[in-house]
Order: sequence, then C-alpha cells, then structure tokens
Amino acid sequence: MLAAYMFVSVLLFAIGATGAMIRRNFLIVLMSLELMINGAGMALIVMSYYIGNVSGQVMFLFVAAVAASETAVGLAIVAMMYKNKKSVDINDFTTLRK
Amino acid sequence: MKTLVLLIIIWPLIGFLINGLFGKWTKHYAGVIAASALGLSFLSAVYPIWQVILGNIYDYVYFIWMPFGKINIPFGLRIDSLSTVMLFVVTFVSWMIHIYSNGYMKGDPGYARYFTYLNLFVFSMLLLILGDNYLLMFVGWEGVGLCSYLLIGFWYDKKTASDAGEKAFVVNRIGDAGFIIGVLFILFNFHSVTYADVFPFVHQVLTPETATIIGLALFLGAMGKSAQFPLYIWLTDAMEGPTPVSSLIHAATMVTAGVYMVARSNAIYDMSPIAMEVVASVGAFTAFYAATMALTHKDIKRILAYSTLSQLGYMFIGVGVGVYWAGIFHLMTHAFFKGLLFLGAGAVMHSMRGLLSTDLMGGLRKKMPQTAVLMVIASLAISGIPPFAGFFSKDAILAGALDMGHPIIWIVGEITAFMTAFYMFRFVFSVFYGEEKVPNLYHELHTHEAPRVMIIPMWVLGILSIIGGWVGLHISGEIPIEAFIARTAPTLEVANQAHYSEALLMGISACMGLIGIFTAWVIYIKKWITADTIANTFKPVYTLLANTYYADEFVYFFIVKPFWWVSEYFLWKIVDVKIIDSGVDLFGWISKRIGWLFRTLQTGFVSHYAYWISIGVMLLTSWYLIRII
Repeated sequence: MLAAYMFVSVLLFAIGATGAMIRRNFLIVLMSLELMINGAGMALIVMSYYIGNVSGQVMFLFVAAVAASETAVGLAIVAMMYKNKKSVDINDFTTLRK
Repeated sequence: MKTLVLLIIIWPLIGFLINGLFGKWTKHYAGVIAASALGLSFLSAVYPIWQVILGNIYDYVYFIWMPFGKINIPFGLRIDSLSTVMLFVVTFVSWMIHIYSNGYMKGDPGYARYFTYLNLFVFSMLLLILGDNYLLMFVGWEGVGLCSYLLIGFWYDKKTASDAGEKAFVVNRIGDAGFIIGVLFILFNFHSVTYADVFPFVHQVLTPETATIIGLALFLGAMGKSAQFPLYIWLTDAMEGPTPVSSLIHAATMVTAGVYMVARSNAIYDMSPIAMEVVASVGAFTAFYAATMALTHKDIKRILAYSTLSQLGYMFIGVGVGVYWAGIFHLMTHAFFKGLLFLGAGAVMHSMRGLLSTDLMGGLRKKMPQTAVLMVIASLAISGIPPFAGFFSKDAILAGALDMGHPIIWIVGEITAFMTAFYMFRFVFSVFYGEEKVPNLYHELHTHEAPRVMIIPMWVLGILSIIGGWVGLHISGEIPIEAFIARTAPTLEVANQAHYSEALLMGISACMGLIGIFTAWVIYIKKWITADTIANTFKPVYTLLANTYYADEFVYFFIVKPFWWVSEYFLWKIVDVKIIDSGVDLFGWISKRIGWLFRTLQTGFVSHYAYWISIGVMLLTSWYLIRII
C-alpha cells in the first residue's frame, strides 16, 4: 500500500518538475512548482502515517504555509512582469543575463 | 696553418653575411665586398696549395660535429692533392667570375642579393670539396643545390626563370636521394663517414656487391648534380639566370661536384667494375647525346649549356674507366675555358641588350675585338686543338679509355670531339665573323666592347685556357698532373692494360678537332654548303635535334602527367579528402556532438538549469539507491 502512495507522490513531483522545466508560461510554472511542493508534502504525510509519528504532518503544515506565501509573492512578480513587458513568457525575461 | 685552412671557407661566409644582413647599406659596394671575400679566400688557399704540392697532406678536425654512440662525425677539413686541384679551380675561377659580375650586374635592383647568393654558393662548394667526410660533403652538396635554385630563379618575376629554378631543384632532389642512400650505406658498413676511416678499409669491409650498390647510389647523386643523362634536363633551363651564374654553375662549381665525388670515392669504385662501367657508359652517352643537340641550337647560351653537358660526359668517361686524374684534369681545364666561354657570351649579351639568337649576330669582331679573340681561344681549347688546354685533358681521357679496354667509348669520344669542334666554331663563325645579318642593328643597340672590369677576368681565364693544359705534358717520364692527383686517386690497375702510341692518339684527337673546325668553316664562312640544305636533307633528324629529342615533352608526358594524375585523382580526391579528412573530421564531429549535449548547461534559461538539476538529482538518487540495495 505504501508503495502505491509513494508512487503517486513521486508522480506528482515528477509531473511538477517536468512542467516547471518545459512550460514557458510563468503562471503554469508556478502551478507546476505547487505540484512539486504537493508531491513532497504527500510523501511527508504518507511516511508520517506509516511510521506513526505526527512530526511529518506538522512539517507539511509549515510547508503549506510557506507555499501559500510563496505563491502570493510569485503572483505579484507575475503581475509586475506583465505590467513591464506585456507578456508572461519566461524566455522574454533575459535582463539578468546581459 | 689550421686557421688558414679554415679561413679559406670563412671568407665567403663573411661576405655572405655582410651582404645578406646589411645589403640595404652595402648597395654599391656589395660587389666589391663579395669579390674581395673571394680574393682573400684564394690568397688564403695559396699557401696550403703550395704545401700540398711539396708533398704534405692536411686533415684538420676543428670540433666533433655530431657525436652519437660510437660514431663521431667531425667537422674537419682535408687538403690533399685532389682537393687542391678543386680548391684552385673553385677559388680562382669564382674570383674571376665575381669580378666580372661587378660589371655585368651593374644597375640591377637585386645587386646585393645577387652577390649574397654568389658568396653562399662558393662557400657551399668549398665545404663540399674540403670537407673530410661524406656528411660535410653532403652539406655543401645541398648548399650548392639551394644556391643554384636561388640564382637560376634570380629574376623571380619572370615565370620562366622561377620555373627553371624549381626544375633544377626538383631534378637535383632525385639525385640527392641516391646520394643519401649511398652515404647511409657507407655509414652502415663502416660505422663512420670520414674518408680516412673508409677508404683504407674498403677491401676488408665491402663485398663487390655492396660496393656496386654504394657506387651506383652515389653515382645517382652525381647524375643529378653533374647533369648526366637522364637527369640533365634542368641544366639547359638553368640559362634563365644571369650569365655569370651560368658560368659559375657550369664551369667552376656545382656541375663538377659529381665528378669530384666519384674521384674522391675511387677506392669504392675500384672494387666494383659494374658501377664503373655504368659511370663510363652514361658519361659517354651523355657526351655524344648532348653534342648532337648542340648542333642545331641558335641560342648562344643553350649551345654552351649543351656543350657543358657533353664535356661533363667526358669527365665521367675519365673517372669511369678508372683514369681519375684525367677526369679531374679535364674538370680543371674545362673550368677555365667554359668559364671564359660563358663570360664571353655574357659580354655579347651585355652589349646586344640581352639578345641571344645567332641569327641576329655576325661580324661582331669588328665591334668587340677582344671578346672575339678570347672566344676563339676558348673555342680552340674546347675543340681540343694543341697546344690549348682542352687538348691535353681530353686526349688523356680518351687515351685512358682505350688503354683500359673500352674501344667503343673511345670511338664515341672521338666522334663527339669532332662534333664539339664543329658546333663551337659554328657558334664563333656565325657570331663573330661574316657580315652583319641585321643591318644597323649594332648601331641601334650601341654595341660596344665589354668594360674593363669584365674583360680583365676574361683575359686571365683566356691565358689559363692556353697554358692550363701544359701540366699534362708528357715530359721526363711522367705527367706532372697525373703524378700529383694519383697520390690521392690512384689510377685503376687492370690486368691486360694496353698501351697505344700516345703520338698516334694525340694526332687522331687533334685531327678530329681540325676536321670539325674545317667543316664549320666550309659551311658558315665559305657557304659552299649552306646549313639550310643540310637541315632540309635530313629533315626528320634536324627536327628531332632542334627539339632536343623531345626530352622535356617525354618527361612531361611520362613522368609529370601521371604524377599529377595520381596526385589529383588518387592522393587528393581519395586519400586526402575521403580518408584523411574524414578521419580528422570524425574527431571534430565527436567533439561537436559532446558539446551539443552539454550546450544547454549555460544557456541562461532557468528551465535548462532546472533540467540539469533534475538530471543531477536523479543521478545522485540512483547512486544512493544502488548503494543501499
């Protein structure tokens, strides 16, 4: 049973990672990051349940809080980017490269 | 004394360095510097030469040049009777040519460059003749090859001249390959290349077969340098250089190197009758073959070039039948009169503004009396008319050939002597005698006698052309020059040596020369039979000769073209493009592929970094998992 739960969590993480890598829309990248966080969170919860120890679940609460604030900051950044460039394509933002 | 001998070769080197490095500043004095260097070289040589005549031999080692293992190759100079004759010829005749060049090259933009090459040329030649081992000889050998290339192609803005230089160089490389093989054979068998370690032990070390191989390999080198059939094709093209250069190459230096080398290696050749037979036969064939080609030419320098080939053939007959002294003796006298002939031709060119064809000349002796007299002297010498120099040496060679039992070579030599006299006097009569062929041409060209700086060296050589052969006079039981050279290069001893009456042979030789001159006189002065009639009667022969047996075309079609074909369609299009290039490109392709793999490491796109991070995480994770499992 554990293996199936863990498989789902790894799948979530992998889908998120892939999305973060191959999508060019900043919003979708943020969503993918969210997926990755959820995958990791799921692993925390499943393992805590399996071990019979609450610390993993507590850890997930923290993670969720951090993820929420991170999303807020991320969306703010997206809004500013769109304001500046009229686009949310991450490949258009190359100012730091030059 | 040791220093004095070294100075002989150092002077031209100094001249070469001064003119070579500071040619910009020595502009007008370059000629004086070069000629002085040679003059000093000759003066330094006088005392050693005298000492050798008194019976000494010097072999000075200055330092060990190439020590490896048990083999030490020294830098040493050897002066014995053979090098002495060469030394005298090279330093003295070159000196005269240097002085003459001062007048001839006046006003040429490459004045200093010319004298730089000239000095380097003589330096190489002196190294070749004085070196006491084969490797030093080889250094000089290559040096004269290089300088001939530089000097023949001196006017490099002329396509023909630079091509001729290249041709000389390439044809000589073929011979040089043979020479290297010969020297390596000697090194392999004797573990030394020093003459003193080689010649005394020839009989203990070599079998006749090895001697034959060495002899033939060395002779291949001589064929290239001394322009024997079939490697002679560069020599006539060498006329593209300035005339004094032709004089230097043809008379005093480069072409005689081969003869000298064979005479020097006499101990090896004596062991191999086959090699000697080859040398003598090739010499005889070249003598005859070149003389026939000289019969039809109209370009005065080419006539002289073919006659040089022919005379070199005589020298090889001499060394090939084992009468080494006669070959070297002929080399010496030939240097005098051939040098003079070329200088005379140069003087004619000089005053004719570079025109060369005999068709445009005639009656020149009215304009250039001294040159005419000198040319007649030189032509008499080359035709073998007593008491001029050429008579004694040529006769010594032919008598030697007969005594050593080569009657066929003797007959060929006599016929060649007749032809020699004929074409030389054809040249003299049609240039200096008779009437002007083109009216008023001389007047327009302001044809004049050569300036003093050119005529004096010519007179010196002219005098030598008269008296130079008298050392070969048979007086009081021995011939002085024979006794002298035989100290170093003893004449081959054969079992059934014949002895013909000297007077008879001399008579025949002299008659041949006289008949040749008479024939030329009949055709070109009296015009009882005109040249055209003969040419038309023997049309095919004439065409063949006028086109020099189509030798150049032959070489082009059968050697150069296949070479090109193989180079282009096999070596270039298959080996180079398909195999070598593909091989090299493969490495490039692999690198490109690897680069393409890792290119995304530094694009600047966040997602690419994320990709690599993931890859890394996967790798690390797998590694840990494997560790755990």
